[in-house]
Amino acid sequence: MTAQEVRLCGLLLQEHFGDVVEKVGTHLIRSGVLTLRALAHETKLPLDLVKKSLCVLMQHGMCAFGAGRRGPAGPVEYHIICERILHMLRYPRYIYTAKSLYGDTGELIVEEILQRGQMTMSSTVKTVADRLTHNMPEGQSMDYSEVVSAFSRLVETHFLQRCPPMASAESSSSGADNTPLPAVTQPTEPEDHPELVNSDVNLRWLNCIYSGQGKRRRSSEDGEADPRAAKKAKTDSSERGDEGIYWQVNFQRFHLHFRDQAIISAVSCKLDQTSSEIVRTMLRMSEVTTPTHAAFTQALSANEIFRALPSSYNIARPILDQYLTLLVDDPMEFVGKTGDSGGGMYVVNLHRALANLARATLESVVQERFGSRSARIFRLLLRKRHLEQKQVEDFAMVPAKEAKDMLYTLLSENLVQLQEIPKTPDYAPSRTFYLYTVNQLPTARLLLQHCYKVHIGNLIERRLYETKENKRLLEKSQRIEAILASLQATGAEAAQLTEVEEMITAPERQQLESLRHHINKLDSSENQVDETIFLLESYINSTQAPR
Amino acid sequence: MAGSRGRGRSQFTFNVDALGFGRGDSLPTSAQTPSPLFPPMQFRPVPLQTGEEVDYMLALKQELRASSKNLPFHIKAARTKTDVARYSDKYQNGELKNNCIEWSPDWSRMPKELCIKVRKPRKTGAKPQLKQKPKVAAKKEEVLQKLETLEKREEEQHSEEEEDEEKKKQNDEEEGPDADEDYDEEEIEDETDYIMSYFDNGEDFGADSDDNMDEAVY
Repeated sequence: MTAQEVRLCGLLLQEHFGDVVEKVGTHLIRSGVLTLRALAHETKLPLDLVKKSLCVLMQHGMCAFGAGRRGPAGPVEYHIICERILHMLRYPRYIYTAKSLYGDTGELIVEEILQRGQMTMSSTVKTVADRLTHNMPEGQSMDYSEVVSAFSRLVETHFLQRCPPMASAESSSSGADNTPLPAVTQPTEPEDHPELVNSDVNLRWLNCIYSGQGKRRRSSEDGEADPRAAKKAKTDSSERGDEGIYWQVNFQRFHLHFRDQAIISAVSCKLDQTSSEIVRTMLRMSEVTTPTHAAFTQALSANEIFRALPSSYNIARPILDQYLTLLVDDPMEFVGKTGDSGGGMYVVNLHRALANLARATLESVVQERFGSRSARIFRLLLRKRHLEQKQVEDFAMVPAKEAKDMLYTLLSENLVQLQEIPKTPDYAPSRTFYLYTVNQLPTARLLLQHCYKVHIGNLIERRLYETKENKRLLEKSQRIEAILASLQATGAEAAQLTEVEEMITAPERQQLESLRHHINKLDSSENQVDETIFLLESYINSTQAPR
Repeated sequence: MAGSRGRGRSQFTFNVDALGFGRGDSLPTSAQTPSPLFPPMQFRPVPLQTGEEVDYMLALKQELRASSKNLPFHIKAARTKTDVARYSDKYQNGELKNNCIEWSPDWSRMPKELCIKVRKPRKTGAKPQLKQKPKVAAKKEEVLQKLETLEKREEEQHSEEEEDEEKKKQNDEEEGPDADEDYDEEEIEDETDYIMSYFDNGEDFGADSDDNMDEAVY
């Protein structure tokens, strides 16, 4: 965790959960792993507040606990999962994607689950249905079954996943109700439980709840189910049957979707709409068959692609072949050919596509900050790897003095590195080659840290500063809006309303307007920076993925 | 270096052209002050993206931020009483206590040590079965809590009161050894000067069963 990331996590926690959780969270990030007592002692907060904060963090999946260093008999230790906190930046994007794929119902489901961390299906369905009914015109009400079907579609396509069940410690597997030991339940990884993403099992489950056989059938699935939870559910006969089955958002899946979208839009920008449709079809067909960190999708034959193309694009078979050949020959290497059976086997090169997208991002950053000539030098160095100063001037076709100037500026910003190759054991300057080079991966990391710094230092802090400066004005306008709303509700006359409105003077109104404008701008910049962050992060993760 | 100074004075060990200036030119001026905090930008930044999608996500972001302040996950520390405890605190502070959690997580998924003892509202069904005598000592706290919640709520059920009355009398009998503890708990809970177990609010006048002749009936 770099310092910038820690700061950003702190600000995000503060925004959503308040100062207490922020204090606890940042301290835990900095210390790594701590027990409850140590955490309370070091943060000097009352124990109950620390407990509450840890509960909040665990509810949202940002904190995990495990048996401590002294084994299962010792105190429980907690640690923070930082990526999860950073995902909070992207909540609007997840919600918008759900809306575009599954409509308003899907959007509300994802929003509820994101805000509450984990939820049971019955409570989600109920809340969403109530919200939809609330927004509908009078007399209509939302059918539960529609919400249920949207939920099950989200589960089928793996956008929602079940929270892994807690595996109880060995000593307390039976009779766990009566043991006074602090039951250290081990959280298990989602990968260990294929049934979590196996939709058949869950769908069978969902159907059995809502077809009236609401009582618990959990025993078939949760072999290690907590007997405590089982007992609790039996006594609460008024609750629905799905106690203990919690659902959370599957961020990995959303990220894969965003990555696919980025690739498709890149293809459509570089080539044309039809090729992007072909790539979209290929990606869609291999959505569920490709493992998460794969470098390529599954090989698809040209015949399959032809059959799977949407019917609105009726292109002839030979034309499809031509498009595929074009895609394969393109220097961006989005699509590769792996064989000739079935009319040609094609794959989408995921990692290479990500690397190209990251490279394009770097190039555009250099272009916008330093001008197009510097960008030309930068691109040159990316392609030719190592060049001497003289060669740079020649290849880039830039006058010598300007080339030197730009190179040194890029060097001082650490975007370009200098490599020394000595001819003699003493590094005598006249007898050493000095080569300029650009390494894509470290430069991408550097830029990612820049993005985090920009996001926090400039955007969030500036927004907080502006809000604080104008707090008095904002509060006044909120109070007046509340008064207006209550007056309107009780049916006041127009004269009273105008009188209340005039309580805000014109210059104050202007100030408010400009404040809102600034905050909107800062917010949408945050969203845009987050897109860059996502791209760079995916690229860096793809290079680190286990082979 | 000193030895070779006489020979070929202006010979450097590296290629001078690579430096960027010739021999005759003056050196660039040295910096007198630190570089400015906000240096003027050479190129203006690209304007932000616009469009329906962007506006929608902006609205979503602001909405999420506003609504997360109202969720129970937003934890505010209870304000410590710095000076005199004021009467208005009871009405203004909204009963922000550190030791209660406003939402109920699934405790089976979390370590037991995080479980905060919440004051449970009375359970109508479960209480009648818990009258075992040996466990009265453990139930004292619950009884006191129950008494307090009974007073705060308007609805009172008949049968519950009778049980409470009986348990209260059992408490009175056993109050000897634990007098101090009772005092502290009662006084802190109610913030009044009156000790709860001595208080008879007179509503069960006439509702007492005639079996109990401990108190004189006026």
